[in-house]
This record gives sequence, structure tokens and C-alpha cells, in this order.
Amino acid sequence: MIGAARSVLRRGFEWIERPFDALFGPALNPVAQLGALGFFFFWIVAVSGVYLFIFFDTGIERAYASVEHLTSYHWFHAGAMRSLHRYASDLMVVMVVVHLLREFAYGHYRGVRWFSWLTGLPIIWLLYASGITGYWLVWDKLAQYVAITSSELLDWLPIFGEPIARNFISTGTLTSRFFTLMVFMHVAVPLFLLFIMWVHILRISRPKVNPPRMLAAMSLVALLGVSLWKPALSQGHVDLAKAPAEVGLDWFFLPLYPLTDIWGKGAVWAFLGAFSLMIGLMPWLPPLRRAKPAEVDLAHCNGCARCAEDCPYEAIRMVPRSDGMPFPVQAQVNSSLCVACGICVGACPSSTPFRRSEELRTGIDLPDYSLRELRERVVACAATLTGSSRVLVLACERGAGAARATGTVVMPCVAMAPPSLIDFILSRNLADGVMVSGCPENACYNRLGVAWSEQRFAGVRDPHLRARVARSRLATIWASKFETKRLEREITSFRAGLAQLPPLKRNPLTASMISIAATADRRTPEEVGG
Amino acid sequence: MKKWLQICGQFAVIAALFAAVAAFADWPRYRQTPQGTGIIMLSFVHSADRRAECRRLTPEEIAKLPPNMRRVQDCPRARRPIYVELNVGDQIAYRATLSPTGIAGDGPSRVYQRFVLPVGEYDVAVRMRDTPRSDGFDYERMDRVALGPDQMLVIDFRPEAGGFVIK
Repeated sequence: MIGAARSVLRRGFEWIERPFDALFGPALNPVAQLGALGFFFFWIVAVSGVYLFIFFDTGIERAYASVEHLTSYHWFHAGAMRSLHRYASDLMVVMVVVHLLREFAYGHYRGVRWFSWLTGLPIIWLLYASGITGYWLVWDKLAQYVAITSSELLDWLPIFGEPIARNFISTGTLTSRFFTLMVFMHVAVPLFLLFIMWVHILRISRPKVNPPRMLAAMSLVALLGVSLWKPALSQGHVDLAKAPAEVGLDWFFLPLYPLTDIWGKGAVWAFLGAFSLMIGLMPWLPPLRRAKPAEVDLAHCNGCARCAEDCPYEAIRMVPRSDGMPFPVQAQVNSSLCVACGICVGACPSSTPFRRSEELRTGIDLPDYSLRELRERVVACAATLTGSSRVLVLACERGAGAARATGTVVMPCVAMAPPSLIDFILSRNLADGVMVSGCPENACYNRLGVAWSEQRFAGVRDPHLRARVARSRLATIWASKFETKRLEREITSFRAGLAQLPPLKRNPLTASMISIAATADRRTPEEVGG
Repeated sequence: MKKWLQICGQFAVIAALFAAVAAFADWPRYRQTPQGTGIIMLSFVHSADRRAECRRLTPEEIAKLPPNMRRVQDCPRARRPIYVELNVGDQIAYRATLSPTGIAGDGPSRVYQRFVLPVGEYDVAVRMRDTPRSDGFDYERMDRVALGPDQMLVIDFRPEAGGFVIK
């Protein structure tokens, strides 16, 4: 059931993201910058909040008057800040909710990612607590509604001796000290929220906490425009002798409040508890079977740190050398963080399939899918290719090429393939062209696989694809598993382009390679065929 | 030119999304109670007497206690429940025996109930029993009240004011 929901959501996101990709380009697509935009809106809320605090008076009678004063008489700066403060908070809720749904849709919450997923849960609670305490401070009719409903919800829990809600149903029971407490809460809770946001990204390598400047600038200008077009206004002074019967509700922060009237408070708490429990358990439902983590072979590791640099999970760190070799450091894998994506294998300068040794070894390798096995699969798969424009597809197991039946070698992530593998395929005439098929650019399962592959091919990231490799014989496609038709179209078009090129110079395989090619029995079903 | 058009398009999409968010920041309006109604709120906190009187301990009982905890009287902490009844018109709107709060049952009894009623005039009678008596009431108040639109009429209990207060 979880898988079906994920699949439907994923299709939905891809349906939304493709037009956004077309308009914004992968780098600026806001749907792929949800976490970074969440941080961005937090900072807008923080700065505007500090500014508003200059004008805010915490007295019970003066709170409303001070907010009205800044909204009416200082609309062009403080009033605009109030609107920025409010709408940026709402946008942060939108970013958090859509971010959660997207990470769920793309399966970015299981395995080693449990930590970020789980620490996202208190972020939701704290974000809502921050917003609700903020609405309280305005002390208008909406604040009265929020105060009564929130305290009724809290009173349902058997914690307080005297119902808190009694403070808000008759005059003379509330003091200015209460507002001082609420201001403290409205400052302390967001500070704690920021701390948890930091914890949330602790285990992420190169977290995106700032959106691209162009996107940030457009968002800020648009937010300012919306703030001037529809300024945030109060809804009339609190009158405790009257019920706040009708209010303009903020549906981003307060969607559950009407449910307290429809379902009852117990049911709302049950819903919140069930939601939190479900979110908390999801990374382990069902338990994930993990591949064996990468292993370092010190005899082939020179401590260059490229693997540690490229690992998206911060699972590799450099430690002092332990084998007496004349290098200061060596790679060390934290097996609890490694997902066996193989990106480190592709980053290692020792990962070259040109090696003629009987046992192909590299500095860091996957026990379940070694570089040697990858070379064997490539050689075996190439032997099945026929025709004049032979295309060998190196495919990510989560992208469009994963289910392809022929001429395809599948791996955990395309960045597992070292650039020298492409050089090897073309220089040994194993194929006329290589198509690298990975996840969509903004939805790489291993976050950085697509980016690292592109940078290696472009020669801006080590290890580079050698200049001698004809770029016309290499094509990339970043497409999801739902875009198989697009992949086939791209392959057909690539083949047509290859047909225009002169034939490859033939460099025969060495004897050891030929013997490897003969081991066709090791091929997986996907690789068999022409 | 094409780049500027693209930027304009990007900005338009972002601005439209933000405008939609701003629109839902206070719309559609939510009405908690139907039009033409008011609320009678029965809400108070009251501690009934202790369940039992203090009892003088016998010298043997005192001797059994640890030296640093010896006392001459044993005063049970638990309080009695209270019985509350609210009549609106000739209908019983609320009737409950309210236990004391707290793990040891020594906290006050509390009630917080709202009654949404059509606007109009009502005969309200509220009664409470907080002693061991089995019939009759220790506190009672009857009044005729006018309930206006969206009005919140609170029935409270203030011992210092002599009992129930309707405001």
C-alpha cells in the first residue's frame, strides 16, 4: 500500500516537475529546491520578526493597538514586514509539506536517510507551534479563536489542573504577563526550530540550504509584491464577551482547528499521534535489505580523498595511514552510513578497467558489485550488440534504463561507472557509442550521482573523461523509470548520429579480456540479447 | 530577449503561486457556530471538601512511623466529587458527577462545557452539590438571561461572590 501511494505521488510529482523544468531549467526549478526555499523563508520570517518586535507592545491592551498602528501608519515598511512575516511563514509550511511528500514519493526516507526523515518530524511540530503562538500575539478575533481552541485542545490532555481556556472566555482573567510569556514562546520555539533544522541536515553531504540567487531574488520580489497587493490585516479587537464565531482562518497553519468542532478534541489528538507515529515508523516499513557497504583496499588507495569528496552520505572519511605506505591518509568507510551506491568506486583514480592484471582491483569497491564484475558485464553485454551503430547503455537502477532488456548494464548509480570505463568501451571498440542513463537531474536517488557524472564528463571534476574520447559518441539522458519511451527515442536519435560518424579504430581486447567476455553465464537477464 | 521573456515567465509563475498562498491565508472564512446563535459556557473549578476528616493517630500508630515522619494526625488528601446540573428552559442541558483531578484525587473538580443555542431569552438554573448530602443542593442559581448573536454567556462559580455568577 505504501509502495502504491509512493508510485502515484511520484508520477504526480514528475507530471508537475517536467513543465517546471522546461520553464526554469533544472538548476532553478523551485520544486527541486524545496528544502533550500524552506530555509530561505525561515530567514525572511526571522528578519521580519525582529523588525516587527521593535514596534510591538506586549501589554494586553496595547498589543492589538501596536499591531494596528504599524499596519496602518507605517504600512510602507512595518506593515509590509508584517505581511512578509506572515506569508513567508505560510510559504514555509507549504515548502515543508511538499518537501515531505516529495521525499516520500522518491523514496528518500529509507535506509541511512532515516535520520533526516525522523528529525523532520519535530520540525513540523515546532513550525506549527511557532505559527500558532504568532497568531496569538496579534490579539484580534482570530487570536481569540486560536487561543480558545488551542487551550481547549491542551485542556483535553490530563496535564493541567485548571482549564487554560478559562482565561479566554471572560474579561479580567488575563494579564500582560501572559503576553510576555507568549512573546518568549514565539521567539524561543523558532530558535529551537532552527536548531532542529540544523540537526536535520547534519548527515547530509553538501545540503542545499540556500536557493540559487536568481530564484531567491525572484521569490523575495514576488513575496514583496504579494505583501503590498494583499497586506496582512487584523480581524478586529478581541471581545471576550463575544464568541469569535466567524474568522478568516489561515488554512496553512490552522487546518486542524475546525476539525476540533467536527471530530472532537480527542480525535484530533489521535490523528496527530497516529500521523507522528506513522512518519516515525515509515523508514522501517518494511525493513530495508541493504547491500554490503563499500570496502577500502589499502594496497590500491593513495589517500587522494576523491571518494570522501564525492560520497553523498558522508560515509567516507580520511584517517591517518595504518599500513606504512608513504601517504598521510587513507579512506575509511562508515558502514552504518554507506548505501553501496558505488559513487566512490567511480571517483577512485585506481578504478580503471584498462588494467591488465588478472584480478581487477581498485582502491574502494563494492563487495556485492565490484568494478571487476562491472567490467565483465560491460564486455559480455558488448558481445551481444550487433549492427553498425552499436549503443551500450550504462543505466542507473532507478532510472529509465533500469528495465531495459538489451544492450544495457545496470548499476546502483551511473556515477559508479568511472569515466575511464567509457574510454575503455570506445577504445576497445566494444560499442560505437555509450548512452549514460540516470535519474532525472533534480531527482537523483543518490542526490549527487547525476551532477558528478556530468562534471566528470565535462572535465571539471576528477576523475575526468579523457580528452581523446569523442564526445559525439557519448550521450546522457536523465529520465525517470516512467520515461522509457523517451529513452528509446533518444537512443534511436543517438544511433542515427553515430551512423554519420566514421568507423571506430579497432583496438582488440587483451587475452584476459576475451576470457572475461566468454563468461556470459554471469550476465543478468536484462543484459542478455542484442 | 528570449532570456528576459523566460525570466518574466518564471517570475509570473512564482508570483501566482505566492498570491494563491496569500489568498488561502485568510480565505475561505470559517464559521464556528451557526448564524443566529450564542454560546452558554458552563465553566468553573471548585474543590469539594476532603473525603474524610483528619483523624488523631494512636500512640501505637505514631510509634510505627519512621522517626522523621511522625505526626499526630492523619489527613486523607482525596476530595469528594461534586455534582453539577444545568437546566436551560425546562431541559436538562448538563448533569454530571465530577471527580477531583490529580493522581491522588486531591485536586479541584472542573467543568468546561459549551452550549450553542439560538438567540433568545432563557430560564437558566444551575445547581451544585459538594457535600456528602444525597438530595438537595449546596449552591443554586436561577436566572432569566437574554442570549444575543455570538454572545458568550459564562456561568462561573465564585465562592467569594456567594456562589454561581452569570456574566
